[in-house]
Amino acid sequence: MLRRILDGIRPAFETGGRLETLYPLYEALDTFLYTPAERTETGPHIRDALDLKRMMSLVVVALIPCFFMALWNTGYQANLTLQASGGVAPAGWRGELLAALGAGYSPGFWNNLIHGAVYFVPVYLVTVVAGGAWEVLFSLVRRHDVNEGFLVTSALYPLILPPTIPLWQVALGISFGVVIGKEIFGGTGKNFLNPALTARAFVFFAYPAQLTGDRIWIAVDGVSQATPLGAMAVAEPAQGVAVMGYTWWQAFLGTIPGSMGETSTLACLLGAGLLIMTGVGSWRIMSGMTLGALGLATLLYVVGSPTNPMFQLPPWWHLVLGGFAFGVVFMATDPVSAAMTETGKWIFGGLIGVLTVLIRVINPGFPEGVMLAILFGNVFAPTIDYFVVQAHIKRRLARYAA
Amino acid sequence: MLEHYLSLFLTAVFVENLALAFFLGMCTFLAVSKTVKTALGLGLAVIVIQTITIPANHLLYTYFLQPGAMVWIDPSYADVDLSFLGLISYIGVIAAMVQILEMTLDRYFPPLYATLGIFLPLITVNCAILGGSLFMVERGYSHSESIVFGFGTGFGWALALVGLAGIREKLKYSDVPPGLRGLGITFITVGLMSLAFMSFAGIQL
Repeated sequence: MLRRILDGIRPAFETGGRLETLYPLYEALDTFLYTPAERTETGPHIRDALDLKRMMSLVVVALIPCFFMALWNTGYQANLTLQASGGVAPAGWRGELLAALGAGYSPGFWNNLIHGAVYFVPVYLVTVVAGGAWEVLFSLVRRHDVNEGFLVTSALYPLILPPTIPLWQVALGISFGVVIGKEIFGGTGKNFLNPALTARAFVFFAYPAQLTGDRIWIAVDGVSQATPLGAMAVAEPAQGVAVMGYTWWQAFLGTIPGSMGETSTLACLLGAGLLIMTGVGSWRIMSGMTLGALGLATLLYVVGSPTNPMFQLPPWWHLVLGGFAFGVVFMATDPVSAAMTETGKWIFGGLIGVLTVLIRVINPGFPEGVMLAILFGNVFAPTIDYFVVQAHIKRRLARYAA
Repeated sequence: MLEHYLSLFLTAVFVENLALAFFLGMCTFLAVSKTVKTALGLGLAVIVIQTITIPANHLLYTYFLQPGAMVWIDPSYADVDLSFLGLISYIGVIAAMVQILEMTLDRYFPPLYATLGIFLPLITVNCAILGGSLFMVERGYSHSESIVFGFGTGFGWALALVGLAGIREKLKYSDVPPGLRGLGITFITVGLMSLAFMSFAGIQL
């Protein structure tokens, strides 16, 4: 039936039809639901059910555990704080909405989920509406297809934001990410930076008051609670990991304060399983990045430092804190902005891993370094590819000559 | 001591990258970044020139230009202050060094000379080179520090240049709106690169 409706309205959108300028919208809906009818008429012919749309949709499926944790953990952290402080309900429209939904403030499963949704869903909706508007506008004016690349960008971006971010900043950030980070280069596949990360970096540098510090990680007004990494960075060197107040398993499961969707290493690992199994995410990048981070973190841990507390952070903690797991699985593996060559992927991953630990440890300004390290990696990915290809050519030439 | 030089070098390369943190040497940076190959040549030339001219200008400043620098010639010069001649002397030294380097390369390393070609004379008017010398004077580096700083700034600039060239080679396949093609999109690219380099901002080594 859907097919009949789509076919029925098709003439209006084709060249010469009344709604010709809106064709990209029609095309987006059509190919999202069905396999495209177009056939390749010249070579090369590659037959594969995994086109860009299915690939991007798979990433969104892999993100489901993270979405769940974003809802649950945001609510859990808020409810936990409210319970400890006597349970004053939040003011404003969010409080009214929660009251209307009949959700309590004790950290039960549904209470957490609903409380988290009140924070996460608006951020997500604003992202989709603001970013989607730009995406559609560009596709209409520039006559390219609306791409599922945006589906992934809009799914990733809210997950790496803190729960208390003002919604207008969300809109501004995603606008920058989509327009400057992607659309002016020609859309998905033609940009060189990850759009979600560009958006995140933009709001991070533009509005440090709302994106850094200790007051933003718990969705309760005026509550100051540092993320474990933030607490570690300002600790006395002798205090060790105890200063964070969380166990390794809590950090692994993700019941710690942080950006909404990136706290849980377990959720990211589930996603990683799917991405590697389907071949959408590169296991080379993931391994390279993990090895790079482990290597440098171990080195710094062994060397130690009398003044810098971050040197005391054991390597296995680096992997579960902050956005490391999320960055490894979903951000660094973005096929557009990562290195393309197989050797290049190892180098690219390793570079990001090393940089992540380096920024975390030696930069007092940013206790979290994953996102910036990946952006830096994106910048040098084409150069890495270039040298890998050149080395390959040289090797082949030598073999040919011999 | 070695640690101090290492941190000076890393600061010059990443934290205070001349191209992406101070936006110096933009004209060459934008013009000669179309392919990685030429970017490598220019980058190499800049590294060599920076490593030579900054220490040379340091000597010039210490023994001739700074207030009371020339007491080693005659004690009566103690209140002579020639630092107003700084700009013109530094650029003179840079031009001379570039010329000498060019002739040396032409005579002894013709292949390298041929690779660098037009880039060597271009460097004379590159503000990153002059900026490096001015920073060196302003921050009062010692002579050995100025060598490390010179190498570091040159290396950082070259790194940024090669990175940009890599991106621009990739952007050949992009579909940029007609109004932004060419320099427009390159400016935006450099801005985004600079955003990524901000991850190092604030690092105190």
